[in-house]
Amino acid sequence: MSVIEVRDLCVSLKTKKGLHPIVKNVSFSVNQGECLGILGESGSGKSMTVKAFAGLLDKSFQVSGQAVFNGRDLLKESKESLRRLRGRQITMVLQNPMTCFDPLYRIGNQMAETFAVHTQWDKAQIRSRSLDILERMQIKDPAEVLEKYPHQLSGGMLQRIMIGIAIALEPDLLIADEPTTAIDAITQFEILQEFQKIKSGHQTAMLFITHDLGAVSKVADRILVMSNGEIVDKGEFSHILHHAIDPYTKLLVEKRSAVMARYRLALQKEASQ
Amino acid sequence: MKQYIIKRLLTAIPLLLCISFVCFVFINLIPSDPAEVALRVRQVPIITDEAIAEVRAELGLDKPYLVRYLTWLVNCLKGDFGISYVNPSRTVAGELLRCLPATLRLAGASFILVILLSLPIGFFCAVYKDSWFDRIMRGIIFITTAMPAYWVGLLLMWSVSIKLDLLPTSGSGSWRHLILPACTVSLSYIATFIRLIRNNMLENMKQDYVLYANVRGLPQKSILVKHILKNSMHTCIVALGMSIPQLISGTIVVENVFAWPGLGTLCISSIFNRDYPVIQTYVLLIGVLFVMFNLLFDILQSLADPRLRKEAA
Amino acid sequence: MLQRFLHHKTAVATVSLVLLVALIGIFAPWIAPNDPLATDIINKFAPYSAEYPLGTDNLGRCLLSRMIYGIRPTLGLAVLTMLGTICLGALMGLLAGYFRGWIEEVIMRVVDVMLSFPSQVMVFAVVALLGVSVQNVIIANVFIKWAWYARMIRTGVMQHRNSNYVLFSRCIGTPERFVLLRHLVPSIASDLAVLASLDVGWAIINISTLSFLGLGVQAPTPEWGAMLNEAKNVMTSNPTQMIVPGIAIVVLVSAFNLMGDALRDVLDPKEVSE
Ligand SMILES: Nc1ncnc2c1ncn2[C@@H]1O[C@H](COP(=O)(O)OP(=O)(O)O)[C@@H](O)[C@H]1O
Ligand SMILES: [Mg+2]
Repeated sequence: MSVIEVRDLCVSLKTKKGLHPIVKNVSFSVNQGECLGILGESGSGKSMTVKAFAGLLDKSFQVSGQAVFNGRDLLKESKESLRRLRGRQITMVLQNPMTCFDPLYRIGNQMAETFAVHTQWDKAQIRSRSLDILERMQIKDPAEVLEKYPHQLSGGMLQRIMIGIAIALEPDLLIADEPTTAIDAITQFEILQEFQKIKSGHQTAMLFITHDLGAVSKVADRILVMSNGEIVDKGEFSHILHHAIDPYTKLLVEKRSAVMARYRLALQKEASQ
Repeated sequence: MKQYIIKRLLTAIPLLLCISFVCFVFINLIPSDPAEVALRVRQVPIITDEAIAEVRAELGLDKPYLVRYLTWLVNCLKGDFGISYVNPSRTVAGELLRCLPATLRLAGASFILVILLSLPIGFFCAVYKDSWFDRIMRGIIFITTAMPAYWVGLLLMWSVSIKLDLLPTSGSGSWRHLILPACTVSLSYIATFIRLIRNNMLENMKQDYVLYANVRGLPQKSILVKHILKNSMHTCIVALGMSIPQLISGTIVVENVFAWPGLGTLCISSIFNRDYPVIQTYVLLIGVLFVMFNLLFDILQSLADPRLRKEAA
Repeated sequence: MLQRFLHHKTAVATVSLVLLVALIGIFAPWIAPNDPLATDIINKFAPYSAEYPLGTDNLGRCLLSRMIYGIRPTLGLAVLTMLGTICLGALMGLLAGYFRGWIEEVIMRVVDVMLSFPSQVMVFAVVALLGVSVQNVIIANVFIKWAWYARMIRTGVMQHRNSNYVLFSRCIGTPERFVLLRHLVPSIASDLAVLASLDVGWAIINISTLSFLGLGVQAPTPEWGAMLNEAKNVMTSNPTQMIVPGIAIVVLVSAFNLMGDALRDVLDPKEVSE
């Protein structure tokens, strides 16, 4: 059964001259334990789509359509009930780990405030759970990391902490908005592994947003391709790879095959030398 | 951290020397000969060349420039700022000390007003951006930045003291005398700080950490107060701190409007009486206060901000 | 750019208001209904009338005429101050940015010290030093403000020194000075216009404050600050006398502040795309 089902979601920016559409008639659904990849160049409205049904847009945007999450239409929910869902049943991992934590508070404090809002845990429980999570995310010296300020940790570590916070409360839907874009290639690989692990270990539904075909191929079961606020292609990963309809998708796929071809060529050359 | 503080302290020294040197040069630039002025001040009936030479030697004016600067500086450090030209029986230090408490009282009251009003107003203007409250406040701020402080003082004096007869028009003595001058002094600063805090909070609201706090489902109140307000205060703290010496020097005009017996009134009357040593010392005092407060709040900020604070270990 | 200017309501309104005020000031002798210095003791504190449209002051002088003549020192001195400030600041900034080396060092250190001094107190110090007179007020205001402009213009020069077209001109042998100025002037001009129009408002307040305290324009001359000083003495008997000059200052300063913001919108190329 589907955890979230989005139907005809439209987002427009209210301007003096009228409504300026940003996301147009987007529909998709994600089932339990499934991972849907949303692919698209930057500015194509991927973040807007998820922010719209998570209640993260301010009054300057108009949202219409339906987003049914566990039987409730999120677009009709009050701000307060959406807030209660966020961070517990719907969690997110964002793009820039370095700037996502408040620079003035220790990591432990920011983890604790999240858990304090959504659970009844006492201080000791919060601390032991925080340590647990950091350990699960393979962070060395978890006790020390809790005492650190964000600027003292690397982007990869912060990204892992963010993922840890996102899965700590066993959400129904995990949204990863370009989680690998702002970090270096090696860390990217490790972060992707974390997502694969989450996928295999939990029954969480996942929305994986990226503009990187390589990243999405590692975790996503199905793919949506967005361009200019519209869905231009959808289907299984292999289907997209071989039968892309949309020119943008084709371009992405071709570029990737070209890179792969050159890479193989280079490998061959090296081997022959 | 210690190293940073020491470095910061050391950089303040050349600036202080610069300021003191400017103040020293100041009194040597006055159009009339200090010796002659001194004689006139002592009401010597006939000023002869010998008398001038005598006084020059007495005041040390015949020594080289640098020597005179150093002697003056040493005297200043000892708290000896010379003698008032107008009233030779009084020392400059005594004159300033006599007027300082009144000015400090006025500046202190104004500072409290500035903090009490600009913090909450700036906060609510940012939270309810573009609401009627924000619009009205922005209008008021716009008008007050165009109003000269002395005119505001006059208007308050006329409306509150003369028309309504609620508070005394001028002078000092009780706390009731303090209200109108303090309101006048603080008005333009309140406008500045409301704008500063409002814009700073709005800037912070666009940051990723606020989005992420929302993503984690933190309550709005906690995001506003614990995260956004605290972050803006960190950037505003230096500006707030620097407003203290600005308030002390900014009382000049208002003190004269309300006949408040502080440094400002002293300064203006000294300008009219050509009492140069008093003006010189006043400028020196304000200059030193500026450097000191700048230093103090720089250090405070770096102590409070984990990004600037080095690891203790 | 003219198009954009004409479409910006605030810009047009404020610039016209300022020009109108300036014209009234220039043609004061023809516009003012009475001699601003002529006293009419019998008619002192007169209310509005056909002869004295805004009434008279404590010496029976026509308030409207005094206001109109007062534009000359109030606005004129402020504009003069800004011209002086910009010239001195530009000269120092260009010297520092162009010659570099020790000249730059010296100028920028002086600028640093100037900026770390409280400007309010410096004005009084300079007036005290030079004596109370109108030109000393201008000198004092130029003295405390030039450093801001010097720093801004130097920054502009530095940015343009290393830009591609200057490097290019160096390669093809056009005189560098010429190219630098040709590109520098238009790019700084907009910043300068914005800052300067905001600072004219500041100068008006500052100069009128000095006049109010008796350190600037002296008594019989009609200047708005000096008029307020006179009004202060008769505040109990004739409070209306302090309303008109005060409102005039607020309106004129607001106009300059709005004009600065509007010019920023008109001139700043970043806003074009929106
Ligand atoms: N705060 C905003 N105000 C106005 N337009 C916005 C805002 N944020 C994003 N947009 C517009 O919405 C479109 C989609 O943005 P976004 O969803 O962030 O793209 P992406 O696919 O890179 O996540 C962009 O073209 C952008 O211009
Ligand atoms: Mg995005």
